[in-house]
Amino acid sequence: MTAPNPDQDPLARFLTTDPADVGCGEALALLDVYVDRLLDGEDVDARYPGIVAHLRDCGPCAEDFDGLLASARADRER
Amino acid sequence: MPASTSPTFADRLDPESERWLAELRGARREEAVGRLHARLTRTAGAEVSRRAGRIPFSGPELDDVVTQAAADATVAVLAKLDDFRGESRFTTWASKFAILEVSNKVGRHLWRSGGVHLDPEAWDSMPDRFGVGPDREAETRQLLDRLRVAVESELSERQRRIFEAIVLNEVPLDVLTVELDTNRNAIYKALFDARRKLRAALVADGLIDE
Repeated sequence: MTAPNPDQDPLARFLTTDPADVGCGEALALLDVYVDRLLDGEDVDARYPGIVAHLRDCGPCAEDFDGLLASARADRER
Repeated sequence: MPASTSPTFADRLDPESERWLAELRGARREEAVGRLHARLTRTAGAEVSRRAGRIPFSGPELDDVVTQAAADATVAVLAKLDDFRGESRFTTWASKFAILEVSNKVGRHLWRSGGVHLDPEAWDSMPDRFGVGPDREAETRQLLDRLRVAVESELSERQRRIFEAIVLNEVPLDVLTVELDTNRNAIYKALFDARRKLRAALVADGLIDE
């Protein structure tokens, strides 16, 4: 996985793609599993590196992830 | 064999998920569908509230987003019930449909109300977003000039159109999916490939590091 380099200039950072990135289709297909495993305390970084890479680069999917995480967390607190 | 009768599948299910599946497939299905719809309405409502500061409309229009997202999510969950494998909780799986529908409905609403307009002067704002610092104006200009050439020479027409909409004009991705009648994955992939090509061109010219 190619982690973003904070020393890079903004344009270089934007143009840097991560080959591990699975894209929106696969990330969204597994988003519920990813969220529940995360809330269960599993090491999702190690288990789903392609989803981690995708959520780092895709604003709309990251927004959906934040929403589902908030929703699932609220469910567990009820 | 139906998934709900498989011992392996049932073993993985938490009690609440098992109850939801049994009720949605049982004799009192209609009541269970009503509860599912009510639950997804709450999920969609909570999601638009969470995004409120980032959604540029409110009031009845936002209420419509919640209503439509919950209705379509309920239909989608029921249609895909046999696809649920128990790898997540049923409620998390079902909530995902409501949240994705919120994104979809917001994108569609924005497209209907404003469409996609590309500003021919959009390149002028690039130094503010991608500049390398006020003390390096010449370097920024050289970088962006080369980028502009690469956008013309390296990208396919579709990649260029997507790059210009999303990067230059900051069109939301979910609005562009409606405009181009495609899905999020297809646009993301096109932009991903465009970024890779543009980076290779700038690296080849020694303007950014390998």
